Amino acid sequence: MVDLTTLGDDAIAAKGWFKSHKFLILRRLSQLGILALFLAGPWFGLWIVKGNLASSLTLDFLPLTDPYVLLQAMLSGVVPETAAIIGVVIVLLFYFLVGGRVYCSWVCPVNMVTDLAAWLRRKLGIRTTSQISRTTRYWMLVLTLILPLVVTGGIVWELVNPVSMMFRGIVFSMGAAWVMIAGIFLFDLLVAKDGWCGHICPVGAFYNLVGSKSPLKVNALQRQACNDCMECYVVCPEPQVIKPALKGEKKGLSPVILSSDCTNCGRCIDICAKDVFSYGGRHAIKIDEYKREDEINRGVRV
Amino acid sequence: MNRRQFLGNMLKTACGVGLVGLGLGAYSKRASSMPANYIRPPGALPEEDFLGACIRCGLCVRDCPYDILFLGEVGDEVATGTPYFIARSGPCEMCEDIPCVVACPTNALDHELKDIEESRMGLAVVIDQENCIAFHGLRCEVCFNVCPIRGRAISLDMQHNTRSGKHALFIPVVHSEACTAVDCVNVPAFWKRLPSRSFRCIWQKASWASITVWAGRRKTKRARHWSHPTPSIVTTYPKGCVTTCKVKV
Ligand code: SF4
Ligand code: SF4
Ligand code: SF4
Ligand code: SF4
Ligand code: SF4
Repeated sequence: MVDLTTLGDDAIAAKGWFKSHKFLILRRLSQLGILALFLAGPWFGLWIVKGNLASSLTLDFLPLTDPYVLLQAMLSGVVPETAAIIGVVIVLLFYFLVGGRVYCSWVCPVNMVTDLAAWLRRKLGIRTTSQISRTTRYWMLVLTLILPLVVTGGIVWELVNPVSMMFRGIVFSMGAAWVMIAGIFLFDLLVAKDGWCGHICPVGAFYNLVGSKSPLKVNALQRQACNDCMECYVVCPEPQVIKPALKGEKKGLSPVILSSDCTNCGRCIDICAKDVFSYGGRHAIKIDEYKREDEINRGVRV
Repeated sequence: MNRRQFLGNMLKTACGVGLVGLGLGAYSKRASSMPANYIRPPGALPEEDFLGACIRCGLCVRDCPYDILFLGEVGDEVATGTPYFIARSGPCEMCEDIPCVVACPTNALDHELKDIEESRMGLAVVIDQENCIAFHGLRCEVCFNVCPIRGRAISLDMQHNTRSGKHALFIPVVHSEACTAVDCVNVPAFWKRLPSRSFRCIWQKASWASITVWAGRRKTKRARHWSHPTPSIVTTYPKGCVTTCKVKV
């Protein structure tokens, strides 16, 4: 078992504090920066972006629309405006290219809450586990897409969706939405590790599917340098995705983390003292090249 | 995990999610009823269709130059994240170019609405005739004068004042075929700024006249936008009133 009190120390010793938190910092800057862009209007009168994550207009020119919520609206019978369709195409294309769950790790404000819960779990040594399956989110996705078809009164999921609630809460007005956010925090802290984002949230599941064939991936190209410290498994919100890439060499598996559950967050890149992981292309390396052991120098970049 | 466990787990998950679905369905039923003083922006589809069409983006809110639109918060009596205004505190100013509709990406606010006077956001109803001073023979007419389409949406109906026997009553009458429900409903708030006692009549319980608004739209999918419920105005005079009005202004 990994010693949680020294988690990350090796990486800091090897690479320095900044380099071992690089992507974490960049992600927070991205998440907060997006919020700041939306808040510049109501707070300072700088109308760069209007709206919220559901649909927005940047500089009165660029429309962006969340495909998941528009899909629900269309299932309940809406014919959207052209701007919304253009917005959806742009968003889908973007997340197809960079990886669907980049939405989760670089945009979604709830991620900051659930990451905080995961961090606190590690600090406090809470190790509760629950029986919820990681496939629950797909069932939830199906459910949220069926409800607009069977229930009159439309986009039912948006009545409770904590992602839009939190974002809208910050940009417009929070109301009692913080109760929902606090609920998710406590659930992730006390009941299940990565309970919400890793198991239940249908928004993440939707973007997961959007990016299932995306070209930008994290890989474990330097997997032979791994010293089995296991720290990457501890910090990863979807640790099941790491093993095939990191330990699949003998089975001839690609070093690329192919599962679209991976959020492209880059925490594994940060935490690894041996620089095993890096961002790269989906097909950058042919599997055969890594089948034979000892053909690359251990721990040296190709 | 063997096959049996796998199927068992799947069943459990499906049941759990099914329960969530039932809960969500029930909650959405409750959330789709809206109190009468919450009014949707112009061009809004009938409530049920609107809830299926509005993606809660707030673009209409941002583009309203008078900042009268709000998004429902969790715990509000209006579905979370959907836009509304309250005519009493901030009425729709009926912009000619209807920026809120133009901004809407989903047609939840119907882009076929080109003429703001065609919008039917609600319907003003005189609810408290006991306290509307027009019914007591005073020529108030504030509601008439603030109406942007006065004459068509609201008119003053001259009637004989049976109590004094020799004066006329100018009764405000709202016409449902033209009313957009924006300004006259603001009247009581306007009146509060006047020295209140001077308008009081001898019936001590009298406060201020109220015109309120009905945001109800017919709940049929067929009837395309903005159809009204029929108003029912019941004329009632204060109980036991025998004297003529002795108001000192
Ligand atoms: S899984 Fe859902 S809540 Fe979590 S980061 Fe992704 S979109 Fe946000
Ligand atoms: S990949 Fe890096 S962080 Fe993960 S177990 Fe190996 S050495 Fe540790
Ligand atoms: S594998 Fe790495 S990039 Fe992917 S989710 Fe886990 S920590 Fe993040
Ligand atoms: S018509 Fe004008 S004032 Fe009325 S809601 Fe729309 S933008 Fe606001
Ligand atoms: S612009 Fe349209 S979709 Fe967006 S909140 Fe307003 S009514 Fe709803």
